[in-house]
Amino acid sequence: MRAAVVVFPGSNCDRDCRVALERSTGAEVRMIWHRETTLPEGLDLVVLPGGFAYGDYLRCGAMAALSPIMPAVAAEAARGVAVAGICNGFQILCEAGLLPGALLRNTGLKYVCRPVELDVVNAQTVFTAAYGGRRTAWMTIGNGEGNYFADAEMLDRLEGDGRVVFRYRDNPNGSARDIAGIVNECGNILGLMPHPDRAFEEDLGSCDGAAVFESVMAAAAAILQ
Amino acid sequence: MKARAHVFLKPGVLDVQGKAVEAALHGLGWSGVTGVRVGRTIEFELDGTDATAARAEVESMCQRLLANPVIEAYAVEVAA
Repeated sequence: MRAAVVVFPGSNCDRDCRVALERSTGAEVRMIWHRETTLPEGLDLVVLPGGFAYGDYLRCGAMAALSPIMPAVAAEAARGVAVAGICNGFQILCEAGLLPGALLRNTGLKYVCRPVELDVVNAQTVFTAAYGGRRTAWMTIGNGEGNYFADAEMLDRLEGDGRVVFRYRDNPNGSARDIAGIVNECGNILGLMPHPDRAFEEDLGSCDGAAVFESVMAAAAAILQ
Repeated sequence: MKARAHVFLKPGVLDVQGKAVEAALHGLGWSGVTGVRVGRTIEFELDGTDATAARAEVESMCQRLLANPVIEAYAVEVAA
């Protein structure tokens, strides 16, 4: 599998994403600086990593969404390539209009850094097929603005269309409908606040996040056949 | 021209900072305060002398960057 991880100024989970991808799938991973305007050929996955791109100036992800690399990311997504935004990456995808809604300040106002148990609500997406029959996953969150918001009409649409992928068992931040992760209409763009890149090996406390990357690899392999 | 964009969360979007500030004001004795919202003002100089054109430009800036229309509303001021 060929993957690219975009590095914005202030991203800090980019190398974790690379290690997670390499160790869970053996993927060939390219790190792409945000000022590039093209992505490598033949990608199966683009990852927007966690961190504090542009210091969260103005709004989390707002400045990063205007980075020179973003039109190329949007073009890959339009071609059907899998794009995963993790934490700050999810915020960037919402600001870029590639996913609906927005991430607000956590209702408790505190930065929450802890393990969370997730319901795998839709195990049929290109990011979750590898969960098989498993319907729960432990990952960690670390964020101050993880409170997912969308208007009632959009929330109903997300639920009705099966676009809610992960839900919190014990909502840590006030997210609407306990939503932790969603996909776009085509199902190839994932945004989630929890970190699969911090839950891919037992030594990390959980390897439940590896399935996100394994799912994409399986889908990529299927296309080649 | 001087331009100002005032950006606030839309009514109906939970403003947790506003609530926290409201609680703090109550704690200080100002019990008559309700509906606190915390927003931001972005101000700058803009070339040109046409106030109508300037206003339209700043509104566009709000739509594209200064505000997130999904969750925020904005008000624009321009002055010569």
